[in-house]
Amino acid sequence: MGKTFRSAAILAIVAVPLAAQTQPYKAPRTAGGKPDLNGIWQAINEANYDIEAHEARPAMALRPGPYGPVPAAPVLALGAAGAVPPGFGIVEGGELPYKPEALAKRKENQANWLSADPEIKCYLPGVPRATYMPYPFQILQSASAISIAYEYAGAVRNIFLKDPGPSPVDSWMGQSVGHWEGDTLVVDVKGMTDQTWFDRAGNFHSDALHVVERYTRTSADVISYEATIEDANVFTRPWKMSMPLYRRQEKNAQLLDFKCPEFVEELLYGQWRKKPLGR
Amino acid sequence: MFRRFLSLAAATVMAIAVVSVTATPAAGQAAKAPSKSYTPPRTADGHPDLQGTYDLATITPLERLPGLTAVLTPQQAATLEQYEIQRKAKDDAPIQGDRKAPPVGGDKTPAKSYLEVLERLGGGPVGGYNQFWLDSGTRYTVVDGQIRSSIVVDPADGKVPPLTDAARKRQVALLSIPTSDAGESSNPGLEPGGSYDDPERRPLSERCLLGFGSTSGPPALPDYFYNNLHQIVQTPNSIMILTEMVHDARIVRMNAQHLPKTIRRWLGDSVGHWEGDTLVVDTTNFTDKTRFHGATENMHVVERFTRVDAKNLLYRFTIEDPDTWAKPWTGEYTWPVTDQPIYEYACHETNYALGDVLRGARSREKEAAAAKAAK
Repeated sequence: MGKTFRSAAILAIVAVPLAAQTQPYKAPRTAGGKPDLNGIWQAINEANYDIEAHEARPAMALRPGPYGPVPAAPVLALGAAGAVPPGFGIVEGGELPYKPEALAKRKENQANWLSADPEIKCYLPGVPRATYMPYPFQILQSASAISIAYEYAGAVRNIFLKDPGPSPVDSWMGQSVGHWEGDTLVVDVKGMTDQTWFDRAGNFHSDALHVVERYTRTSADVISYEATIEDANVFTRPWKMSMPLYRRQEKNAQLLDFKCPEFVEELLYGQWRKKPLGR
Repeated sequence: MFRRFLSLAAATVMAIAVVSVTATPAAGQAAKAPSKSYTPPRTADGHPDLQGTYDLATITPLERLPGLTAVLTPQQAATLEQYEIQRKAKDDAPIQGDRKAPPVGGDKTPAKSYLEVLERLGGGPVGGYNQFWLDSGTRYTVVDGQIRSSIVVDPADGKVPPLTDAARKRQVALLSIPTSDAGESSNPGLEPGGSYDDPERRPLSERCLLGFGSTSGPPALPDYFYNNLHQIVQTPNSIMILTEMVHDARIVRMNAQHLPKTIRRWLGDSVGHWEGDTLVVDTTNFTDKTRFHGATENMHVVERFTRVDAKNLLYRFTIEDPDTWAKPWTGEYTWPVTDQPIYEYACHETNYALGDVLRGARSREKEAAAAKAAK
């Protein structure tokens, strides 16, 4: 009995330091000695619908019904498949700090979602939206280079590890310059156009957008992703988004083709067919 | 169609260029294996480090032009290269305000080089891009010290083998469906009927689905116009070959199995392995819309990437598709390292042309109908 008690006591003593152990996760290294971010990753959240916290709603495009909003006619046939799933949002600290005139623009974007959201036309998604679209992406990291290839629209960006100076021209995916702060890859993204959105809810930015992303491995299959968003034309202050990125677990995980320009030809050009299919 | 016109035009005009160069030695020697003396830098896993940005631009065409031998003498190459340099300089010169109007119907004097033919085709006889917009090569490709007149090295005549009868019949049936190596646009007068009826009938590059001229590959070929840069990022399990034009990132999975046949890809499914210091990439599972040079979806491409010195990578490919060619055929050329930056080639995002081309065709039909009704 005394023995049993003693072992229980020892167990308890051992257990305490184990439970209190909060040593940071030590990620495996690449040949260059940096944390290895290689792999196929994907966000699992509802941010692409709306980066702010939101309840489920009947559709992205709505019209007034006798007892509240109902799906707009062009998306009615989609039924529940066209509904918006609820989400906690990825924006830290509540609502987005829009300037008043920018908030009005966001509302206008929402009202015109079908014609205005660049995703509907298969345009390159920009940063950070590429990260949390519902498609996998692959980080390719060697000792001398880091690139991210996204399945959606075949978007791709090179992360310069040496600053080449100001971006010579604005682009959809911007110019990314990376450096390591401890075990975190910090990517500074500038030189983006004003043509991309943050989500399907009309949240937007100007060409003054400046994004600082932080990629930190927190376990074998998770990257903690944070992005600080700065755009003095649209927001009253910088704000931050954060989310986990998960490693795709399938043994045969790889990026496949999602060359969506082909899929939107009927939408964009169908009316100019010799024999239009009708709409 | 573009290609057929091209070879006709090239055959006609190149006879002129060939006349102007000095007599050539007998047929070129077969390609030798790259020099073994060079030891490439290695990645931590011991394989050659192929990483970097490469400029695929060259004036060596895929197929040898009539009258040339496989290997050009330095004098021959210099004559032809000099012609390109002078032609481009002339094109680049500031426009004189008091110049004469161009001839009615465009410049129809014979083109004297391969690039000149391509550029005139790209804009039609009234002209298209001037040199400001173009970034084509100025040099013939040099492989193992030889100045090469064609990328194709097997068959020895430097020409893609003739199509099998079955393939020829297929080609006729699909004449107006563009292939992955077709040009960006064609001479409107020579396009088959129906080419403007639907977006699906336009070249893949006009639809922003692939770069023109098989620039993404495989096989990755020079496009002879612009945006010829490719970047290789090499990790132990995946090697990315990024094509600047239409930002196609082909990711080669190392020591992996091919996808099931039911999953087809625009650039095929690429798996790789190392044979000594050479990266060997095996690609199958093409879509039936890729159709490189008229091939079927069963085309099989084997590419070999070898660093031959600090500034060059040798790219060699063998193509096999028994439904299209009786025998496999092989090409090779050198990819020089460049320090030029890769730009974002956002094509679809501002593709006003595709809609305008179709809209224009409908307008023309409307006008024709109105004119007929008025008679």
